[in-house]
Amino acid sequence: MSTSDDPPPEAVDEAVDERERRDEDPGWLARFRTEIVDGQTLLLTFLALVTALAIGAVLIILSEEATRETLTYFFARPGDFFAAAWETVGGAYGALFRGALGGPRAWSETLVSATPLILTGLAFALPFRALIINIGGEGQFLGGALLGGLVGFGVTGLPMVIHLPLTLLAGFLGGAIVGWVAGILKARTGAHEVITTIMLNNIMILLTDYLLLTALFQRPDRPDPISKAVAGSATLPLLFGAGFRVHWGFVLAVLVAIATWWMLERSTLGFEIKAVGHNPRAARFAGMNPDRIYWLVLAIAGGLAALGGIVQLSGVQGRITPGFAAGLGFDGITVALLGRSSPLGVIAAALLFGGLRAGGLAMQADTQISLDLVTVLQALIVIFIAAPALIRSLWHVKTRKESGLEATASGGWSA
Amino acid sequence: MSADLDARPAESTRDDGLDPTSPLVTRRRAFGIFLVALAAVTLLFLLGEGGEATFVLRDITGGDPYFQMPDLVVSVGTVVLVVAILAAFAGGIQLARGFGRRTYLVLGLVLALFVFAFLTWATAGSSLNLLAILRLTIRQAVPLVFGALAGVLCERSGVMNIAIEAQFLTAAFTGALVGSVSSNAWVGLLAGAAGGAFIGWLLAVMAIKYRTDQIIVGVVLIVFATGLTSFLASQLLTPNPDLNTPAIVSPIGIPVLSRIPVLGPLFFNHTIFVYGAFAAVLLVHWALFKTKWGLRVRSVGEHPRAADTVGINVYRIRYQAVVLGGAVAGLGGAFFTLDSAAQFSEEMTAGLGFIALAAMIVGRWRPFGALGAALIFGFAGSLSGGLAIVQVPIPSEFLLMAPYLVTIVVVAGLVGRPRPPAADGVPYVKE
Repeated sequence: MSTSDDPPPEAVDEAVDERERRDEDPGWLARFRTEIVDGQTLLLTFLALVTALAIGAVLIILSEEATRETLTYFFARPGDFFAAAWETVGGAYGALFRGALGGPRAWSETLVSATPLILTGLAFALPFRALIINIGGEGQFLGGALLGGLVGFGVTGLPMVIHLPLTLLAGFLGGAIVGWVAGILKARTGAHEVITTIMLNNIMILLTDYLLLTALFQRPDRPDPISKAVAGSATLPLLFGAGFRVHWGFVLAVLVAIATWWMLERSTLGFEIKAVGHNPRAARFAGMNPDRIYWLVLAIAGGLAALGGIVQLSGVQGRITPGFAAGLGFDGITVALLGRSSPLGVIAAALLFGGLRAGGLAMQADTQISLDLVTVLQALIVIFIAAPALIRSLWHVKTRKESGLEATASGGWSA
Repeated sequence: MSADLDARPAESTRDDGLDPTSPLVTRRRAFGIFLVALAAVTLLFLLGEGGEATFVLRDITGGDPYFQMPDLVVSVGTVVLVVAILAAFAGGIQLARGFGRRTYLVLGLVLALFVFAFLTWATAGSSLNLLAILRLTIRQAVPLVFGALAGVLCERSGVMNIAIEAQFLTAAFTGALVGSVSSNAWVGLLAGAAGGAFIGWLLAVMAIKYRTDQIIVGVVLIVFATGLTSFLASQLLTPNPDLNTPAIVSPIGIPVLSRIPVLGPLFFNHTIFVYGAFAAVLLVHWALFKTKWGLRVRSVGEHPRAADTVGINVYRIRYQAVVLGGAVAGLGGAFFTLDSAAQFSEEMTAGLGFIALAAMIVGRWRPFGALGAALIFGFAGSLSGGLAIVQVPIPSEFLLMAPYLVTIVVVAGLVGRPRPPAADGVPYVKE
């Protein structure tokens, strides 16, 4: 069986596995099982989560005044310390769990947090299959919010059936342009997309700061940088009425993820993307045009991240403010890595991280433990996923298949 | 990136007797047209209000100069005309026969003159403290220099370092914390270096031992450091303000030199960080290009297999370079809390780690190149503040974008494509 024991960066092996699997074609359910629910992949993900939570617990214990005090007389009365530690950590993680899954409102919040993550996750996962590393999610997210927002609050008097799709389309376009710039630079001049996308992120952040103070964007009655509000006809409606914040953007994100899956696994373009990721030279000899794939994939990816931006604007925030992206573009990278760069994996990973975020907010409100803990957990989980050997040696998990080495995806600036 | 002719700028401009359709001639023409266009743009500055511009060069840092430099008062029209004529002249020569090896030097000089003409135009009718802007340029360049040098050290050994931002943040935090607890800036400085080295060590373990994709490790380390320092700041520092009041370093005037007008306040009346940044450039240059260790680092970064064959321990050299690089970046991170701000605040490095990365690339993986790029980027930063004072209708955001735009132009190969170390980012597997 050719399961992927090792998560990405293994797109190369995956592409091979992909073809082998397609030959026998065991049906989508079986493929889903081997790809996502595969025993060891799931086990390693679970262990990564547990390890990250354990390290998070240590951080909580060390940073909380109450537990730190009991540490000072630890050798006299160790029981005090363990009781205090148990109480603090249990209280924090309990609040986190309740905030993520305890009741319908918590579920709604989890879905709200997961929605932009699905889209920015796809923005990294899709180009990664062509071995293109898109660090530009943050800037593309902003591009979507800016151009989509311009249509969302600049155009009025349209019925919702026209205005809302137009706003989403404009948002997609805004990020697609930002992604395309990096793609065309790579195709035409060989400029490494990691450098150009990082630079474009910062350019877009500064551009947002500038635009928010122009008459085009700024809320008329305010001197500070805040945009006008998206019109009602361009606002994504709520899914379950006023009691819950979850909006149709979540459904849209899931549909987009399924469409991305279809494109990757069933369409010619998807085949070309994976072929270029597998070996650009071979793809060129086979009559494909890697340069076209570079700019096309980065433009689509930019559009996906941008959808995250406009969905967040139209479904949740309503207005653009400085720091609007709030790291959601970067979080998309961690989501995609946890989801092994498969669109369906991205949905699952976004739900997990969305739950952590929603729970983290509840934890912060209940126990005054900072939400930033969630960012640490997220990074730790992905570090453990990216280096499965670390988790294996930590938990003594044996490799089922002897894999030579963890191959790299990018291989340097000059790749 | 292919090893085309563009990769070697020194040779690419020796274009005498070349086929007129060759890309080298096209580049020569492009630069010539650029210079002429620059001259035309300069002439647009005549459209302003004109008059005189006053540049203040007095020492306002409280030094005791041998004499005070008088203000520099120039006529806007004259400066603009002279610069435009010089630029057009240079463009003409470039178009006619080219400057050969000196193309970039001429280009740099003309651009500097252009910036001066622009400043004159912007200041017309009022006064600008040029000395303060230049001094701030040097201070703003300090973390960039340290960060870029860290990148040079890591990447010369073949490990990509995207995580300069993570090293900055961690070091700024540890520097503030230890500097507060010990009430000693020097101890804080060491702690900052240790914090940066810690992130460097994490990068090394993930990249060298576990052979994880280095770009991804870099990004994840940035997320990790951002989360960790923000978490600890709100959990530890906010409730205990005395943990966030580090002892800061004070300026040390160099005897005699610091009293020279203009040059004194510019170069010789700074904190240890500024002197350290210049010293670090020399040291890293010396270590990389004049020592046996440096030769090994570079060979490991260019061709690890060959280095291994002659008995160099590739892994050990890479660990050393990456951890040392982390410590150097840590010094840059400590600058934020032990020199400029005197306290840690969440995400205080504000993307400067990425500008340091850009400075490394624009500086072509060389210590002196990194210094030059850091100074140019620092100037853009300090100018954006200076222009706000003279109320120029150019939003500061666009000046702050300059480093990023310059970097994109450079990596796109428009101004001499940089060539990274051959094995940069490629994990080495010993056979």
